[in-house]
Amino acid sequence: MTTQHVRVTVNGTVREADVEPRLLLVHLLRETFGLTGTHVGCDTSNCGACTIHVNGLSAKSCTMLAVQADGAEIRTIEGMADGATLHPLQQAFWDQHGLQCGFCTPGMIMQSAWLLGQNPDPTEDQIREGISGNLCRCTGYVNIVKAIDQAAGALRAADAAK
Amino acid sequence: MTTELEPRTSAAIGGMGHSVKRKEDPRFIRGAGEYIEDVVLPGMLWMDIVRSPYAHATIKSIDASEALKVPGVLAVITGADLEKAGLHWMPTLAGDKQMVLPTTTVMYQAQEVAAVVATDRYAAADGVAAVYVDYEPLPVIVDPKKALEPGAFVLRPDRGPDKANNHIWHWESGDRAAADAALASAEVRVSEDIYIPRIHVASIETCGCVADWDAVRGQLTLHMTSQAPHAIRTVLALVSGLPEQNIRVKTHDIGGGFGGKVPVYPGYVLAVVASLTVGKPVKWIEDRSENLQADSFARDYHIHAEMSATKAGKITGLKVKTIADHGYSDAAADPSKFPAGLFNVITGSYDFPDAFVEVDGVYTNKPPGGVAYRCSFRVTEAVHAIERMVDILAHEIGVDPAQLRMENFIQPEQFPYRTPTGWEYDSGNYGVALQKAMDLIGYDDLRKEQAEKRARGELMGIGISSFTEIVGAGPSKDFDIIGIKMFDSCEIRVHPTGKVIARIGVQSQGQGHETTFAQIIAEELGFPVGDVKIEYGDTDTAPYGLGTYASRSTPVAGAATAMASRKIREKARQIAAHLLECSPDDLEWEPGKFTVKGSPDRFKTIQEISFAAYTNHPVGMEAGLEAVDYYDPPNLTFPFGSYICVVDIDKGTGQVKIRRFVAVDDCGNIINPMIVDGQIHGGLTMGFAPALLESITYDELGNNQAGTFMDYLLPTAVETPRWELDKTVTPSPHHPIGAKGVGESATVGAPPAIANAVVDALWHLGVRNIDIPMTPQKVWAILHEKGLA
Repeated sequence: MTTQHVRVTVNGTVREADVEPRLLLVHLLRETFGLTGTHVGCDTSNCGACTIHVNGLSAKSCTMLAVQADGAEIRTIEGMADGATLHPLQQAFWDQHGLQCGFCTPGMIMQSAWLLGQNPDPTEDQIREGISGNLCRCTGYVNIVKAIDQAAGALRAADAAK
Repeated sequence: MTTELEPRTSAAIGGMGHSVKRKEDPRFIRGAGEYIEDVVLPGMLWMDIVRSPYAHATIKSIDASEALKVPGVLAVITGADLEKAGLHWMPTLAGDKQMVLPTTTVMYQAQEVAAVVATDRYAAADGVAAVYVDYEPLPVIVDPKKALEPGAFVLRPDRGPDKANNHIWHWESGDRAAADAALASAEVRVSEDIYIPRIHVASIETCGCVADWDAVRGQLTLHMTSQAPHAIRTVLALVSGLPEQNIRVKTHDIGGGFGGKVPVYPGYVLAVVASLTVGKPVKWIEDRSENLQADSFARDYHIHAEMSATKAGKITGLKVKTIADHGYSDAAADPSKFPAGLFNVITGSYDFPDAFVEVDGVYTNKPPGGVAYRCSFRVTEAVHAIERMVDILAHEIGVDPAQLRMENFIQPEQFPYRTPTGWEYDSGNYGVALQKAMDLIGYDDLRKEQAEKRARGELMGIGISSFTEIVGAGPSKDFDIIGIKMFDSCEIRVHPTGKVIARIGVQSQGQGHETTFAQIIAEELGFPVGDVKIEYGDTDTAPYGLGTYASRSTPVAGAATAMASRKIREKARQIAAHLLECSPDDLEWEPGKFTVKGSPDRFKTIQEISFAAYTNHPVGMEAGLEAVDYYDPPNLTFPFGSYICVVDIDKGTGQVKIRRFVAVDDCGNIINPMIVDGQIHGGLTMGFAPALLESITYDELGNNQAGTFMDYLLPTAVETPRWELDKTVTPSPHHPIGAKGVGESATVGAPPAIANAVVDALWHLGVRNIDIPMTPQKVWAILHEKGLA
């Protein structure tokens, strides 16, 4: 099978690979680059466990081909913390018990990060709408919503301090 | 007996009652968990599975020649290959058998037909597409009632000429004659057909494994998604003939279980066979469609219930006849004695003088099962039936459903209470929980509002569920899985510097065991929770246990953890007496230290004692500070609660909107309030889901109608109700720390509260029952028939 060269920037680092044109972006990240924090939970773009950022937009990486991401800036869950310092969303998910099995968590955090970029002060209904493309089977969403609200406050406070 | 537990330990120690933040979370929030698909071994191959498009068909031939030409494909395994080794059938946990791969006939749509092993996942999928299978379709039986009709096609001729029908087993409990007599002499009788549909746990992580056969060492390591790794190891040893010490099952992090990761699926066995065949590690990860279409289902109970009462509303008898659709094989994860699980807990929270329950298991052309869906063995089915029946009776005789419940509850002074079907409830205080829920939601005002709305033609309903669960299997005299008794275990080692590692026989799939089990040890021994590391899920290191399902982790392994801690505390007392040069009897314990009675400045901390256990232990005493406990509970535990749900129904669309939902739970003493609330939030959502959204149906050809997340509707954050929680605390009298288990209560209790609310909104129109899920289509059709939509 012919391959195609792909060059992407993942969490600030340039990564390259020769891939089959049919390779899914999520498999490029997980299997070629070893970034296994991004998960796969369905085949139909419903669950959102594979959510990442592509050029600043929230994207379901199981529904993109790796070759479509050629040249793109990609951010995954592994790129959220600054060394030992957690991203405010990571901290808030921990503080608020916003996760149980943890499988949906990376996608949920990535989607929430995009959401808060769009709307820094969302209402509860806007948070719920904003994560409706991400399924969680464990938490009933209650503490996820609380966590996103906490992180929104922390991010606004950090912005104001700048 | 309803008392709040104040923490006995400081926040720094973090024993029971503290909302300790979870120790497992730092890896999950960074994407650094290690789930099965993250396991990569050198030289690892991929396996993918050819599946049947037919629900019932003869396999005329399988041609793998084109598949073997696909670049990267190394092997194709068929039923004929397995038959040579006698591995084409395997035992189920329920004592039936199911095919690993078929040799002649497929029995359900999506059944495994062949396995393709290749160098990567894409090549394996190419290979699957290139395997040519010639099928000849056979008649399909979807309806279990038709399966029981005389002359029905016999689905399992392998059972021999003595069993030339589709009936698997009959099971009954209680006194038939007494229940008949109660019904015959009753002032009031109500009866109803209630169907609890087939659903799927749909954990967000599907199932999978990496089988790693090391021919040089004769070692098989099976990395897999299992809620019960020790039982899997023993089954593997018995089926394969490999020595059990050379089999290691490792579970890693599990992305949700809910019962779906208890069984052994053919994919696991095929990966093991593939690794044995090819001599390299083989990975199999099912996709969502395979997960929904082929893995074990839950529920699928066709219930007919009859209940008798006086005109004043005192219930007198219950009789229940049920058909259980098991698919083509009974692959239930039920204890041997209980083919219908603990369904005979169906008398619920009520003081029934007489009851009789019978269940018949039936084969159909569907995937084998059933497992739980976040509930103890068949308890949700029982709770739904009794809570619906109590509501029907209340409406029938014109008594408020809350009042009818209050007047028929088992009273606090009746515990321990023996039910007419043989269970001994350890504790309960049902009226207090219901009253608390009524006060919280403002029950009387809601009834007034409902009356006003009804007068205006608006549809509003109020539903109650006052459930009793039965969890924590279990006493080994009654409970086993394929003969292995359902005890559980904990092994604790205290290191010289006062740091602790404990290993448990149960298995977290998100419950937070690494935190809560450390809290039990902190409570019992006073080590700070941060100094206690909990491990599980590696059969080479963890003590034997039956795993996590049926809310048994805290009731059984939690008890073992407390008992092992107490063994360590007794040895610590001897060491402290040696260090303080006093009699052990002169020492007083508080979490973290022994003090000489009357001399508060003469004490030894548990850390000092730990060091002494390795550096200065008494002559004649074994060095070290370790203990193991295998706990066999004297009884099950019986969590309970009362839920009240308020719904508004849109007459134009049939949409049911849950306006409020109050849940008052009683799970006994609480280890970590934050985690308990999280378990209840999740459980409620998995109760809401089958009540309004989820079901798996089949067309007449046995085609699965809900095989992806496009059709099988999990709740999102948008439609999930805003849960309102509260508690009562009635400790289990026999459990060492008074706990009861909480992971599943809400899933068990929630569906009938919602169903009762919907029927309550429509009763005045002549609606007695609607089977769940109460979808807009179903409700709209009823409204349309009644001339309202």
